[in-house]
Amino acid sequence: MGLENVLAESLPEILTTQLDSLINWARKSSLWPATFGLACCAIEMMNATSGRNDLARFGSEVFRASPRQADVMIVSGRVSRKMAPVLRRIYDQMPEPKWVISMGACATSGGVFDNYAIVQGVDKIVPVDVYIPGCPPRPEMLIHAVMMLQDKVMKESIRDRRDAPDEEAREAITPGTLPVTDGSTLDQRDETISKPYTIASRHEKRRSF
Amino acid sequence: MEPQNQQTSQPENELSSSEAGTTPSPIAAALRRAQGEWVSEVVEALGETTIVIPREFIVDACLFLKTTSGLEFNFLSDLCGFDRGPEEEPRLEVNYHLFSTTKFHRVRLKVLVNEDDAHVPSVTGVWRTANWHERETYDLFGVIFDNHPDLRRILLPDDWQGHALRKDFPLRGYEPYSLE
Repeated sequence: MGLENVLAESLPEILTTQLDSLINWARKSSLWPATFGLACCAIEMMNATSGRNDLARFGSEVFRASPRQADVMIVSGRVSRKMAPVLRRIYDQMPEPKWVISMGACATSGGVFDNYAIVQGVDKIVPVDVYIPGCPPRPEMLIHAVMMLQDKVMKESIRDRRDAPDEEAREAITPGTLPVTDGSTLDQRDETISKPYTIASRHEKRRSF
Repeated sequence: MEPQNQQTSQPENELSSSEAGTTPSPIAAALRRAQGEWVSEVVEALGETTIVIPREFIVDACLFLKTTSGLEFNFLSDLCGFDRGPEEEPRLEVNYHLFSTTKFHRVRLKVLVNEDDAHVPSVTGVWRTANWHERETYDLFGVIFDNHPDLRRILLPDDWQGHALRKDFPLRGYEPYSLE
């Protein structure tokens, strides 16, 4: 991706706008999702690909099981803290260009699960492009989100680097050192339990101990 | 579905086997006849029998319940923990829900342990399914099962600190999730 950007930046703009339209059209018309169905929203995602609401009409012809072959990751379902490093690893294995759709209330913000086990929003782990509310969202809402993502893809440009949009961020990256969680920082964690997360939930305020 | 809290914190409301004309549980009677020290308390409420067993006898009692003809509790429906609250003594319970697929009767066994000495012998040798249930009870309550073949966390992440279903563990945990 970096080489194409370097070449693209040297081209005159009249060419890149034509190239942009072509490349973006190609990308948006064949957004292949990576299967990341975690919980109940996965059922609605399956519905969106089945016969009644057919997501393949919009280019998502196959759901690739391997993230190496996927363009968009549809995080459908609640993400537990145990699953979060796995999700990050799968996201890191997807090649650029990649997008993320956060499907449902649990992936967007933790949903009804405001507790110790569920990550309150998958955007704490991966950068999200489209959020879908609902519990679960209807398949038509997922299709609408894919179409919104397609509109977003059409507005991109090949002159922009996707992994480091800012100039100073681009210069700061040494090749091969982008942050990937592999558990190696676990040993350095503090062993003592810190104080509880300060905002008590409504149920805890009513308790006597 | 049974109201655990009511049964164990208000003992004066329960029917003992000699009151109110209810038939005493034959299962508790059989256990008492086998070894009197196995049964420390019998609670019968809402048509269910709960037998409280001291923790050193739980394996023998379970083996007796499984192998005796007439009782034949060959199915461990559930093995779960319960935290009575930080001010109760003993604090933690382990509940064993037994079912017999041949005789179709059920019974609940209860083992009470203190928080600072939360060791219970494992019944994995009696019913193999207790393996994962005891791992869950260890993970969420901190009850350590002696002679368990593989006692480690099963639901929470492996580096989690604390036991999440205890009453004094905050509902939202100790810190919001971050990748570091």
